[in-house]
Amino acid sequence: MKFTSLKLSAGIAKTQLLSKPRQTLVAMLGVTFGIGMFIALISMMTGLNKLTEDLAMTSSPDIRMYYDISPDRKSIAEFINPQGLTITHHQKPKNESLKVRNAKQIAEQIRKRPNVKGASILLNSQVFYNYGPVQLNGTIDGVDILEEDKLFDLTHKMKEGRIENLISNPDGIIMGTGLAKKLRAKTGDRVVITTPQGFTQTLKIVGLFQIGIGIVDNTRSYANLSTVQTILQKDKSFITDVNVKLYDYTKAKELAPVLQKDFGYKAEDWETANATLLVGAIIRNIITYAVSITLLIVAGFGIYNILNITIHNKMKDIAILKAMGFSGPDVRSIFMIQSLVIGFFGSLMGLIFGLVFSYLISLAPFNGGDIISITHLPVNFNPLFYVIGIVFGVATTAIAGYMPSRKAAHVDPIEILRG
Amino acid sequence: MKTEVLRATGITKYFYEPEKFQVLKGIDVQVNKGEFVALVGKSGCGKSTLMYVLSTMDTQYEGELVVASEKLNDWSQNQLAAFRNKHIGFVFQFHYLLPEFTVLQNIMLPALKLNRWQESEVEDRAYTKLKMLGMQDHALKVSAKLSGGQQQRVAIARALINEPDIIMGDEPTGNLDSYNTQLVFDIFKELTDVYHQSIIAVTHDEEFAAKSSRIIEMADGKIIH
Repeated sequence: MKFTSLKLSAGIAKTQLLSKPRQTLVAMLGVTFGIGMFIALISMMTGLNKLTEDLAMTSSPDIRMYYDISPDRKSIAEFINPQGLTITHHQKPKNESLKVRNAKQIAEQIRKRPNVKGASILLNSQVFYNYGPVQLNGTIDGVDILEEDKLFDLTHKMKEGRIENLISNPDGIIMGTGLAKKLRAKTGDRVVITTPQGFTQTLKIVGLFQIGIGIVDNTRSYANLSTVQTILQKDKSFITDVNVKLYDYTKAKELAPVLQKDFGYKAEDWETANATLLVGAIIRNIITYAVSITLLIVAGFGIYNILNITIHNKMKDIAILKAMGFSGPDVRSIFMIQSLVIGFFGSLMGLIFGLVFSYLISLAPFNGGDIISITHLPVNFNPLFYVIGIVFGVATTAIAGYMPSRKAAHVDPIEILRG
Repeated sequence: MKTEVLRATGITKYFYEPEKFQVLKGIDVQVNKGEFVALVGKSGCGKSTLMYVLSTMDTQYEGELVVASEKLNDWSQNQLAAFRNKHIGFVFQFHYLLPEFTVLQNIMLPALKLNRWQESEVEDRAYTKLKMLGMQDHALKVSAKLSGGQQQRVAIARALINEPDIIMGDEPTGNLDSYNTQLVFDIFKELTDVYHQSIIAVTHDEEFAAKSSRIIEMADGKIIH
């Protein structure tokens, strides 16, 4: 179609839209509401998802290597006589050491690989914390605190004390805030650590940290590697975990199996380790898109309806336009332009509405309780959502407007002019 | 020497609803330049049907149709629309102005569609037509605010804007009082006499028909006079 006739169609569309400003505005508001809610919902939901992902990232390494206790092997009798029936009474698991052999060398090797930001070794153990009559179950990580800081940025998560206190205090411990609160212990207090093997040691709290996830802050403490080795009465090479941090954490899922194959120890990526947290993210995404699409479909039906009514009311006009020499495509473009204008300006208002609404949500106080330490709802102001919003809005109205417009293009002028 | 603007030969048309019925039975019509032809007949005789065939809006017919030396039988709907825009002007019983537009805009629309002249020139032309019909004072009014007779005059101005070869009217005075009927008739008369405009109009107004330059009378799908 020629540009001039498109311009003429646009002029007619404009006049018709402006002659019924209230109807036009109502049609636009349908789109505005749909797009606005879409923006607000997706900003909030992805904000939450980003928060949980960040928390998952900060609390666990991108890849963790450890000795995975293997399932029972077949007994030798079954190998010799595979057809026969072998019964072993009271079979017990083998005494397996959780030690990662040559952990320091493995960490060295991993550090040399591309995309690896750092690798640290640590000794993790279940322990009981005793303070007064209270006895709490938790874990202790024996670490090189400076190396750990490189990976997890502990410096910025300290609530009291400094990480360097640990280096100068061989029997020091940095404790999660939740754990300390439960023990009613403060910095400077001494707590007794009991290992599952029954060894005890008194350690002094030199700092408190808060990562933001309840399950970590309520159970974990950091101590020097050698201190934990001493408590467990293990040798200087006893290491249970190698933690790896990457520059691009999305590559963890690919790299983990490679490391597992190369070094022979179980390598678990952060997504697998935090599957429970991330399942919530997936469900939130599904809900967001389901609700948004529903809103847009409702808005689309609104536009379809209004255009159908408009075209019904404009039958005479369409007939006379066709008699005067406007072709089917000319008539179609008049109504398509109307629906696109409604869609575009409706979406534009929707973006503004969405922005204001998400800003208000970000101001709303929200207490994450013990599980997540946040004070306000996290909102993700990603410009991409606004692009998606306007594309979605215009596309929906284009589809909703197309069918009535096509109907208008096919109107037979004789039927109407003859009355 | 008379120039022919419209010739239809052997126009035959059937209606299929509610049952097959032959409305037009091999009609031959010819209109020359400057002629004012009135198409009369009893209701149901097929005169309006014939007019819509001649107008190119109805394409479901057999026979040959030539308007402005163009044989139009095999043209597509969109080509015919462009043809109507250029060569045919319409005046209907109900004035069918676009109600949201001003009088001036209504008249300008077909010319803007034709895109032969600049917009400013189209406006000048529209004013000229309005003056000719004594409607220049109403140019900027919204068309819905005019009386029936005024609207019909605007419709005539609109039909004239592209300087068509022929104006077609379907009961152009059917909805007007006698004063306005006389007015419209005088306009038509002036158009043919002064400007040599060809007009073909369906009417059942005897008086109106009597003043035309030629009457074609139809009955049962045939021309009888």
